Amino acid sequence: MIKVVLIDDEPLARSIVAEYLQTFSNIEIAQECTDGFEGMKAIAQHHPDLIFLDVQMPKINGFEMLELLEAPPAVIFTTAFDEFAMRAFEAHAIDYLLKPFSKERFDKAMEKWMKQKAAPQNTQALLEAVSSQQEEQHRVVVKTGSSIRIIPIHEVLYFEAYDDYVKIHTKDGYFLKKKTMQHFENTLDTGTFVRVHRSFIIQISQITKIDSADEVLLKNGVRVPLSRTGYTKLKAVLGL
Amino acid sequence: MPIVEITKKRIARTYTIVWTIWITVQTFILTYIGLDFHQALIDSIVSNSLTAFLGIVLYNILQYYQPENDNFVYLRLWAFFLAVADIAIANEVLKHVFSYDTHYLFVLHQSLPIRLCFIFLMLGIITLLNWVRYYYLNVQETIERKADTEKMVREAELSKLRQQLQPHFLFNSLNSISALAGSKPEQARKMIQQLSDFLRGTLKKDDQQLVPLSDELQHLNLYLEIEKVRFGHRLNTEIYCDESLNALLLPSLLLQPIVENAIKFGLYDTTENVLIEIHTRQEKNELIVEVKNPYDSATAAPNKGTGFGLSSVQRRLYLLYARTDLLKTKAEEKHFSTTIHIPQP
Repeated sequence: MIKVVLIDDEPLARSIVAEYLQTFSNIEIAQECTDGFEGMKAIAQHHPDLIFLDVQMPKINGFEMLELLEAPPAVIFTTAFDEFAMRAFEAHAIDYLLKPFSKERFDKAMEKWMKQKAAPQNTQALLEAVSSQQEEQHRVVVKTGSSIRIIPIHEVLYFEAYDDYVKIHTKDGYFLKKKTMQHFENTLDTGTFVRVHRSFIIQISQITKIDSADEVLLKNGVRVPLSRTGYTKLKAVLGL
Repeated sequence: MPIVEITKKRIARTYTIVWTIWITVQTFILTYIGLDFHQALIDSIVSNSLTAFLGIVLYNILQYYQPENDNFVYLRLWAFFLAVADIAIANEVLKHVFSYDTHYLFVLHQSLPIRLCFIFLMLGIITLLNWVRYYYLNVQETIERKADTEKMVREAELSKLRQQLQPHFLFNSLNSISALAGSKPEQARKMIQQLSDFLRGTLKKDDQQLVPLSDELQHLNLYLEIEKVRFGHRLNTEIYCDESLNALLLPSLLLQPIVENAIKFGLYDTTENVLIEIHTRQEKNELIVEVKNPYDSATAAPNKGTGFGLSSVQRRLYLLYARTDLLKTKAEEKHFSTTIHIPQP
């Protein structure tokens, strides 16, 4: 049996996928979910072979949900209109269904998936492309244990590189996210955050004092090292 | 196009270096043809400083006056006139300084034509470089201006589109109809009817038109019915409107984007059921409409409140009434409210 999870906030949008799936004898819908949080739980519980995922959803969107999964399952995206997401899908040869879609188009997507069982690394590349192209980042979604936390970007004090992860420091401690410093440097607002060192990006408004050319003191008492180019960048941003 | 910055400081430095080099060269040439070093140096400094000074004068003139292509003849004449004046002054000064030395005076006299040519050439080069510089600056400015204009046009176009219709709404509604067509054809037909009525209403009205509140609410209801089919039990709405307000006027299609924003805000910022409240009242000579939606103050993006929908409403109100205080938003712990004030004619 092939296990499938449907994730879409509109009940009718789920029902049409369920209806179309009825013609496949070997498929079982393990769960229908109305948002990304439920979706994550369902994926952890059922380990589905395939998920149908809407992009625009409450709280966290489809991409943000996938980002939080250690090993994302194969995905067929369903979306009404999102030029930017469509470009990303096409670039990474991941199938997507534009709402409203016909039974024929749906069958074609299923056929394609059955043939190649879309490789998970495709999903990784897609997420990378999506997040690096997105406009300015307003929030970071992280997972702590079994709960999900949405951190508004202005609450991030600083970012610190940590092997394959980035430590996101807030006043409530730090959270880990599997991303590169490069990614954050590219998507953060340059007037608010500055990469002052290979391993550090700080929020400018958190600076208390620049002691010397190689260290900056933050409001919470943390000392962050400055690289030479970081010092130059910082001076430029502060207009010194 | 890479932008090379040519600062005044850099120009001044280069200019000084070039002239210093040339003063040195001329000193050695004059020594070579028989003047003693002391004389050669003074000659070189006097004549070249004068030319350098005239070069600066030319530079300053050209800052305020840019010749058209056919005025170049005048510019050359100017340069020639300056060169003659230059040589005359230099000649007098040097004659005065070395009046005792007949050999020097002879060399000075003999070299006048070549000096004149040289000065004319130098001033010509300075003019040309100036022209190239201004041409370059001009091209740069044109490119920047063009990019700015294009951006403005694009933004205007985008906001116009946004005001009309959100493609998300249309395609998702069609998707719902597609789902209903299989299981509940009667409901599908009803929704097609509602969607058609809504679209017709949207197309019929123009931006400048004022409509009675009752009409606007009717149109809004069509929209809400469709959204309720899409989102099922998650979306609930409540409209409070006293009959006495029905005839009050407001710009057509003003409420729908506000409510659309509230629905999006409410539905995408929380995972619970959502109640959108629409309150209407009259205060003095104004119709006041307040739209309330639940939201989560902890995770809402800081600028979300004045999203695309609201900024186009604000813009329209400004264009119609020349006031910026007619749309207000308020964020409380659990609720977000948008209020518009419509002055009555």
